Amino acid sequence: MVNSKSAYSTPGKQGKLDTHIIVVWVDNEAGVLARVVGLFSGRGYNIESLAVAEIDPKLNISRITIVTTGTPQVIEQIKLQLKKLVPVHKVADFKREDKNVIFKEMALFKIVSNNSKKEKALKACKKYNPVILDKTNKSYVIQITALRREIDNMSKKLKKFGLVSVSRTGAVAMTRGSEIFK
Amino acid sequence: MSKLYTGAEIVFKCLEDQGVKFVFGYPGGAVLPIYDKLKNFNFLKHILVRHEQGAGHAAEGYARSSGKPGVFIVTSGPGATNAVTALTDAYMDSVPLVCISGQVPTHLIGTDAFQEADTTGITRPCTKHNWLVKDIKELEKTIHKAFEVATTGRPGPVLVDIPKDVQFQKTSYTKFKKQKKLNDKVHNQFSQKDIDELIKLMSKASQPIFYTGGGVINSGPKASELLRELVNTTGFPITTTLQGLGSYPGEDSRFLGMLGMHGSFEANNAMHDCDLMINIGARFDDRITGKIDEFSPKSKKVHIDIDPSSINKNVKVDLPIVGDVAKVITSIIKTIKKIKPDFAKSNKQKIFKWWEKIEKWKSINSFDFVNSTETIKPQYAVQRLYELTKNKDTYITTEVGQHQMWAAQHYKFDKPNRWMTSGGLGTMGYGLPAAVGVQVAHPNKLVVDIAGEASVLMTMQEMSTAVQYSLPIKIFIINNQYMGMVRQWQELLHDKNYSESYMAALPDFVKLAEAYGCVGMRATKPEELDDKIIEMINTDRPVIFDCLVEKGENCFPMIPSGKPHNQMLLGPKNQKENKITRKGKL
Repeated sequence: MVNSKSAYSTPGKQGKLDTHIIVVWVDNEAGVLARVVGLFSGRGYNIESLAVAEIDPKLNISRITIVTTGTPQVIEQIKLQLKKLVPVHKVADFKREDKNVIFKEMALFKIVSNNSKKEKALKACKKYNPVILDKTNKSYVIQITALRREIDNMSKKLKKFGLVSVSRTGAVAMTRGSEIFK
Repeated sequence: MSKLYTGAEIVFKCLEDQGVKFVFGYPGGAVLPIYDKLKNFNFLKHILVRHEQGAGHAAEGYARSSGKPGVFIVTSGPGATNAVTALTDAYMDSVPLVCISGQVPTHLIGTDAFQEADTTGITRPCTKHNWLVKDIKELEKTIHKAFEVATTGRPGPVLVDIPKDVQFQKTSYTKFKKQKKLNDKVHNQFSQKDIDELIKLMSKASQPIFYTGGGVINSGPKASELLRELVNTTGFPITTTLQGLGSYPGEDSRFLGMLGMHGSFEANNAMHDCDLMINIGARFDDRITGKIDEFSPKSKKVHIDIDPSSINKNVKVDLPIVGDVAKVITSIIKTIKKIKPDFAKSNKQKIFKWWEKIEKWKSINSFDFVNSTETIKPQYAVQRLYELTKNKDTYITTEVGQHQMWAAQHYKFDKPNRWMTSGGLGTMGYGLPAAVGVQVAHPNKLVVDIAGEASVLMTMQEMSTAVQYSLPIKIFIINNQYMGMVRQWQELLHDKNYSESYMAALPDFVKLAEAYGCVGMRATKPEELDDKIIEMINTDRPVIFDCLVEKGENCFPMIPSGKPHNQMLLGPKNQKENKITRKGKL
């Protein structure tokens, strides 16, 4: 056995990683996003995407949606650590595979090419509720809403139709049906 | 119309309503309005430190020995950055601190003004919460909230950053009434079902152990009393972490000593072989668990903690119980009395063999060392200090390193809140200022900082504070002229390459003491040690005691890195007598 030259133990086995969507309701006050994001970076948790905006201007509540990966133990820690932050009201956690939850991301594609290619691009987006937000002789700006992987695929697929710029949001989530998360 | 107060006055009104008696601090540009009003508030005594880190550690010493939150005031910029080490230390060891820092005026924030630092940004990861108060109307509410956050749940440090212009602005003040049992439900989430489940596990266990930590002490003196009752009711063996020392009498036969990297052979082996581990207010720190994959492989694990995020963080447990230690233990004892009044008796037979096994481990006497008549052995120095001070209700602080571990091994504590040491962060230089804070809280008690010569030099300037306020702290330096723990690791792991661990050009501590206006003493031979210690105890002024000890002594036993609990490395005395250690040898 190799002698460890460290005063610390060597890492143990790593568990299986899952992707989770964590939704956090916070007071919309100065520095609150830094507290949440700092918790992730400080403890070495991963952030795949992040979406945040105020949802209740009267109560001053913002909703932060974070997509993260980790072992079940790490995901549990993330939730418990988040709940300890003073401005955090509640924390919800959904597995990406969860059928009872809707996840959506939005993307804007700028296509610069001839008419036929532009139309092809629009057609390719058909499944994802495309909206043309801006139109010139040379270009389209198309908005779609879809899942992360679908947007990844579309970004690849649209290259041949003259895709020059992509802008996309982090995921937002909501449960299906009449239930709300308490 | 009600009377108007300035922001600075509101700070003091809040401290008064919170029952604060002492505040540690250091003035500076951005807190001058606060210091200007200090003289008007007689309820408060300000202790002027010599460095803001000292203020923080002194506040920690005050808090840990008194059970009340420690309060300190620092200025903006360097004042606040100097406080960061103490805040981080308090965060790791769950000490309730309230730090009030000055900030540049609001209109200058963000302009890189003189002595400006992003204090709330810098201290965000090392406080439970912090606030920048930009509106005078928020000040009162914020300070009271700060005390609430610092002292409820798992305690910890908080910081309130107050811009200088806010300290000058005026507003009214409403007297604060402390709400009782603020959010009891939030912190005590356990149910009777959990307790029943625990008692089921306890009555099934044949090799049980209590593993208790600083959470017992943080829960208040009542929790330590209840712990004693619980151990008596069950007859189970008990070990405590470094921070848990004092929660159970150190000389009791059921006490196996401290566990962990430099813990006792019996405590670590019992942790490894047990079939039921009941963790009360400890956090499975890496100094305790050793190699996680091989940590106590055969046991059912129960974890009682007020902080849900401490549970299942490092070690997966079978039964989590979220709640305040005193509340949970009360509930356990009550339930046992109801359903199994003769628990200890009926259980004695079952755990008899377990105790036999433990006695065998105990007989190795793993803290033993080869004594000398030529030089003072550091362990011997701590033993003598203990013997000569144990009847005095002594308060002990330490620095960080070998001397800290020897103190933990050889000084036995009978009561909680008597042992102040930097465990989580391991801050060298903690002990001296902490002793200042302890002495402020307990002016008539004997307060000894068991120190290393390297550590103590990091905050030596606080001797001035001790002299200024006639705080008769005793700095007992175990002087081996090395950063001993660094030297030990270099000897064992880095082929004796003693890179930069020798303390060259040490000051003459006796003359240094005299320069500070306190008393210096030195012991170099074992036979003079007792007399000198007695002289130190009888001195009514601050003392620096330079105890010159064996230079190359190592701290044993130890769990080598990456090894489980049952592969401890024993000291030279035991290695000669036992072959058990082979497996654990590096």
